[in-house]
Amino acid sequence: MKDLGFILLSWGITVGSVATLAVLTLRRARALSARVPDDQKPWL
Amino acid sequence: MHEMTGTRTTRILGLLAVLVMAWVVVSAFFITPADSVQGDSVRIMYAHVPTAWVAYLAFITTAIASGFSVVRRHRTLGFDRVAGASAEVGVLFMALTLITGSLWGRLTWGTFWQWDPRLTTTLFLFVTYVGYLAVRRIDGDPQQRARRSSVIALLAVLEIPLVHFSVVLWRSLHQEASVLNPDGDVRLDGLMLFTLFSGVVAFTLMFAWLVIHRQRLTALVDLERVAGLDAAITARRSEGVGSVAT
Repeated sequence: MKDLGFILLSWGITVGSVATLAVLTLRRARALSARVPDDQKPWL
Repeated sequence: MHEMTGTRTTRILGLLAVLVMAWVVVSAFFITPADSVQGDSVRIMYAHVPTAWVAYLAFITTAIASGFSVVRRHRTLGFDRVAGASAEVGVLFMALTLITGSLWGRLTWGTFWQWDPRLTTTLFLFVTYVGYLAVRRIDGDPQQRARRSSVIALLAVLEIPLVHFSVVLWRSLHQEASVLNPDGDVRLDGLMLFTLFSGVVAFTLMFAWLVIHRQRLTALVDLERVAGLDAAITARRSEGVGSVAT
């Protein structure tokens, strides 16, 4: 496959960034959830 | 054990997003053919085009939620959190559009960047929403944040038609749309079109998952801030009572 480096870099940055945001969101949510009582979380 | 921001719905949504994305990656790399004009660089398009479309969707969602936050005053904060979360994800997707487009441009045009109408208006749209996120971080209570940011969101969304039609309005290096073009004809092979469509579905599912989690995260931040403020006021009052008594 021609230009494989550019193609891999594009996909790596795209999937990697979205996955990183997802992980950071869940980590922050875990930290904050412990400090807010469950009865104040309207989605539960 | 405290419950986090996830529910059964978000877990199903997340799983679906991962499965569809896995199919898109396999199809983009191993199943779809190289393009007759672009060659293998077309494989970048299966990430570039969906991220651009979903960034538009995110900014339109931000505008709609901001509009509701202005009109539906009793639920202002809920809509405002959706608006903010959608803009955060939209900014990431717009950045990815610019990066993947730049890498594709290097292969196809021989340069990473040109001050071309489509590229310039896209960069301007990205900077506008970075500004929107900056305004959201200005100190103030959540109601003030909602009022300030909704005005910007309702104005910023007007840039989207300018970006989308920039290739028609001005002479542009960027090609016209292959799918949503003014002629209405689709200029793509069936499997390539299906992979592109699958990419749009995968990134839309990811967008929905991220927005749901991030708006709940904002709710947690607001709840914690209010709880902290209440505790500080109670402590200050008790200090006041103590000093009067002595």
